[in-house]
Amino acid sequence: MSQPAIEIERLRKEYPYGFLNLKKKTSLEDLTMQVEQGEVFGFLGPNGAGKSTTIKLLMRLIFPTSGTARILGKSIDDVSMHQDIGYLPEQPYFYDYLTAAELLEYFMRFHKLTAADRHERVQKMLKKVGLETAKKIQLRKYSKGMLQRVGLAQAILHDPQVVVLDEPMSGLDPLGRREVRDIILDLKKEGRTVMFSTHILSDAETLCDRVGVIVGGKLRGVGTPGEMVGIQAQGMEVVFELNGTGKIFPLLAKATKTGERYRAQLAEPELYPALDDLKGAGARIVSVTQIKPTLEEFFMHLVDADRAQANAIDVSGK
Amino acid sequence: MTNVWTVAANTFREAVRDRVLYNLVFFALLMMGVAILVGQISIGIEQSVIVSVGLTAISVIGIFIAVFIGVGLVSKEMDKRTLYALLAKPVERWQFLLGKFGGLVMTLIVNTGAMTVGLYFVLWTVKHPLERSDCYLIVAVYLILLKLALIVALAMLFSCFTTPFLAILYTLGLYVAGLFAQDLRTMQAVTLSASTMKMLKGISYLLPNFENFNVMGAVAHGRGVPGTLVAQNTAYTFLYGALVLAAAAMIFSRRNLK
Repeated sequence: MSQPAIEIERLRKEYPYGFLNLKKKTSLEDLTMQVEQGEVFGFLGPNGAGKSTTIKLLMRLIFPTSGTARILGKSIDDVSMHQDIGYLPEQPYFYDYLTAAELLEYFMRFHKLTAADRHERVQKMLKKVGLETAKKIQLRKYSKGMLQRVGLAQAILHDPQVVVLDEPMSGLDPLGRREVRDIILDLKKEGRTVMFSTHILSDAETLCDRVGVIVGGKLRGVGTPGEMVGIQAQGMEVVFELNGTGKIFPLLAKATKTGERYRAQLAEPELYPALDDLKGAGARIVSVTQIKPTLEEFFMHLVDADRAQANAIDVSGK
Repeated sequence: MTNVWTVAANTFREAVRDRVLYNLVFFALLMMGVAILVGQISIGIEQSVIVSVGLTAISVIGIFIAVFIGVGLVSKEMDKRTLYALLAKPVERWQFLLGKFGGLVMTLIVNTGAMTVGLYFVLWTVKHPLERSDCYLIVAVYLILLKLALIVALAMLFSCFTTPFLAILYTLGLYVAGLFAQDLRTMQAVTLSASTMKMLKGISYLLPNFENFNVMGAVAHGRGVPGTLVAQNTAYTFLYGALVLAAAAMIFSRRNLK
C-alpha cells in the first residue's frame, strides 16, 4: 500500500496572549489524520475552527507547538517537499506591480524549469483559468475572483502531486466555482491529491472522496460524505398508495398525503410492523428509503453541539 | 543562490515600478539649483559646495530609501500576505530575506550611480575639465553605499520582530547613535565612574560605526581617502552586515505569519 499523501500526527497549535503572554489559546488540538494519495479530501469547519491553521502549519507559514506532519513522506520542515506541492492561500493577494504572466513566471523560477518550459506552461495555464485576455494587466487592477484564479494557477502550474487549497471557491461567481470544481476533478483524474477547505458543503459533497470535519480546533470526524451523514441516520420513510378501501391503521395517522400518495416517517424498529399493516390493507408500496441528513445538517449538528459545550463550560466557570 | 537572485531581481523590479527612482528628479533639480547658485558666489569654492551638497543629498536620499523601503521589504509582504504563496514554494526563509536585501541594495546602487553621474555632470559644467582628484568622489560614494547596505540590513532585522513604525524608529535611532560611536569610545568623562566608562566603551563597539564612512569633508576639498580606510570599511560592512542578516534570518525563520 502506498504511503499517505499527507500524514498529520498530534499536531497542536497554541497562541500565547494576555499579560506577558502567560495565557494560551489553543487553535488546533492534537490533530491526527491522513489524506491518501489520489483522493480529494474536503476539510470542513466554521470560521475559526482550525482549518486555515492546519493548512498554514502544513505550509510552514506557522510552526506547531507540538506534533508532526509529513507530505509525500517528507517532514514539513523539509523545504524540498515544496517541489511537489501546490498551495492556494485563503483570499490570495499578490504583487500589485506584476502582471499575471509575470507573477506565474516569477513563481515558476523556484521550480527550476527552463525558460521555454516556463513560458509554455504559463500561457497554457492562463488560458485554463480564463485569464488569457487579462494576462498583461497589473494585478492591482484585478477583481477578487480574478486574483483567486491567479492563485489557483500558481498552485497547480508546476504539476504538483499534492494540491492544498484554502477556500478555493471563496470570492468566485457560480461560473468561477464551476471552473474550480472542474479543475479539481481534472487534478483527481490525473491522479493528484487535493485537500481543500471550504464552507460550501454542497461542493464538498459533490467533489470529495472523503471529508474531515473540524470544530473548535478538534477533528470531529473523517469519512466519505455518505459515511459522515450515515452516522446520523434519522429513520425510514415509506411512500405508499391506498387502493380506495382506506383501512385505518396506525401508520396512516403519521402520514401526509400528496396527491394519491402517502408519505410517512418512522423509526427503524417500526418499519416491519408498518409494512405488514400496509400489506394487510392492500396498499401499494412505492418506496422505502433511509432518511439521512445532508452534510450541511450533519455539520450544523456538530457546530451546535460544540457551542452548547462551550456555553456549558462558560456557565460552570471551568 | 538562484532563489536569492530570483527574489532580488523581483525586489528590484518592484522598486522600479513603485517609482522609487523618481527621487532622481528631486536630486537633478537640487543639483541644478546648486549649480546656478554656485555660479553667483566667489570663485574657488564651487567644487567644495557642489561636492558637499551632492554627497549629502546622495547620502540623505539613500538613507531615506534604505530605512523606509528596507523596513517595508518584509513587513509589507507579511501584511499583504504576498509572502504566503512564495513561502509555499521551495524557498528557504533566509533565501527570501537575503534576496530582498540584495534587491534593495541593487536599487540603491543604480539610484546612487545615477546621482553620481549627475553630480559629475554638474561639476563638469562649473569647472571643466575635471581633475584627477575628482576621482575621490567615487570613493566617497562607495563608502556611502556601504553605509546604506548596513542600514538596510538593520532595517530588515528590526522589521522581522516589531511593527514597521517601531522598526523605522529603531533603525534611525541606531543610525544616529552609530554616528557617535567613535565619540563614545574616546570620551574622557570626569563625572563618570570607571565601570560606566567601560560599559559605554563596550556599547560603542556593538554600535555600527557610521562615522567611519564619512569622508565628505576630505573629498570636497580634493583630498584623497586612504586605501586602508576603504578596505577596513569594506570588511567591517561585510562582517557587521552578515551578523545582522544572520540574526534577522534566525528570527524570521521561526516567525509565525498572521
